[in-house]
Amino acid sequence: MERETRDRRHRWLGLAALAAVVVGTVWALFVAPPDAAQGEVQRLMYVHVPTAWIGMLSFFVVFVMSILYLVQRDPRWDMIAHSGVEIGVVFTALTLALGSLWAKPTWGIWWTWDPRLTTTAIMLIIYVGYLAVRGFAQDPEKRARWSAVVGIVAFVDVPIVYLSVTWWRTLHQPPSTARSIAPEMLWPLFLNLAAFTLVYLYLMLRRYRLAEAERQLEEETAIGR
Amino acid sequence: MTQGKRRMWAGLGLAAVVGAILYLAVGSLENNMVYFLTPAELQARAAEVEGQPVRLGGMVQTGSVDWKPEEPLLRFSVGDGDSAVKVRTTSAPPSMFQEGQGVVVEGRYGSDGVFRADRLMVKHSNEYKPPEDSEMPAEMYESISEKSEKGSGSGSEGSTGPSPGSP
Repeated sequence: MERETRDRRHRWLGLAALAAVVVGTVWALFVAPPDAAQGEVQRLMYVHVPTAWIGMLSFFVVFVMSILYLVQRDPRWDMIAHSGVEIGVVFTALTLALGSLWAKPTWGIWWTWDPRLTTTAIMLIIYVGYLAVRGFAQDPEKRARWSAVVGIVAFVDVPIVYLSVTWWRTLHQPPSTARSIAPEMLWPLFLNLAAFTLVYLYLMLRRYRLAEAERQLEEETAIGR
Repeated sequence: MTQGKRRMWAGLGLAAVVGAILYLAVGSLENNMVYFLTPAELQARAAEVEGQPVRLGGMVQTGSVDWKPEEPLLRFSVGDGDSAVKVRTTSAPPSMFQEGQGVVVEGRYGSDGVFRADRLMVKHSNEYKPPEDSEMPAEMYESISEKSEKGSGSGSEGSTGPSPGSP
């Protein structure tokens, strides 16, 4: 019964996230002006920046949950961390794919090994590695412990990705600021960042719900064995 | 799947991932810590980098662009401050390529002081703003041939469209 109420609440959040994404997309595609230098293709910013933000936000949550798990040994922290890695991996892969689509018409190439692109690719591979580590350990406690260590160590790369464009010479431009984006483009960007954050929350809640079911199944199988 | 098999696959997966990370970290990041050299750095290290694959970055010098689409051959100078390096490439200019634009080129620096590029990349700023009333953003989509005709001056400006004066 309690589970059903929760599912219903999640559905409302899902609908709110969907509505926000629809408004954000319409604004980005039809209301916001094209860019003076890049033209219409610059509208990719309204998805590329939010997916990059969600990837990094997600990995930050994994980092915090991993520390919490090692301190408190509560399996729920491990379940949130696992959920966060899966979602972060999806959004980081999207960031790379959308970035590549944006690079071709503007930079003239699909890919180059500049520090921003390279560190982002490494970030994706490290967190795929986190998921591989989970498959390595059968014992849930051992698995959670190993995962937490990887979840903490892997986070080292996240600020490196963010600061790569400041630290090193890159093809990728440095982060835009509120001053370097015209207001009529900044507002739809903020809206899309908020919309994607709602999507992230919804996906996290649903993935956590799945993690609970997985854990229950694992316990039942363990008893039956 | 048996437990042993599962572990084996997980182990293989892990090894592949670690290998990929090492490959990326050692193989490419090492070379990429300095992603490109400036014209001044390239000239200072000419003897060292001559004939080696290297990247050069800077601004396309005003008045230096010469694009011959029929060969094809694109020549321009990449400058930064007081130094400039002449670049030759057979690749067509990307649509954002223009004088005063930041570029990064991949290729080799010859002993004749000319950089032969086999890859041309446009670097843009982090500024985004709508076009002015007089600007047409859709112009970005004109084909390279149209653009080159304008650029090289050998185009047929004025010859298109009917001339009202002729009978």
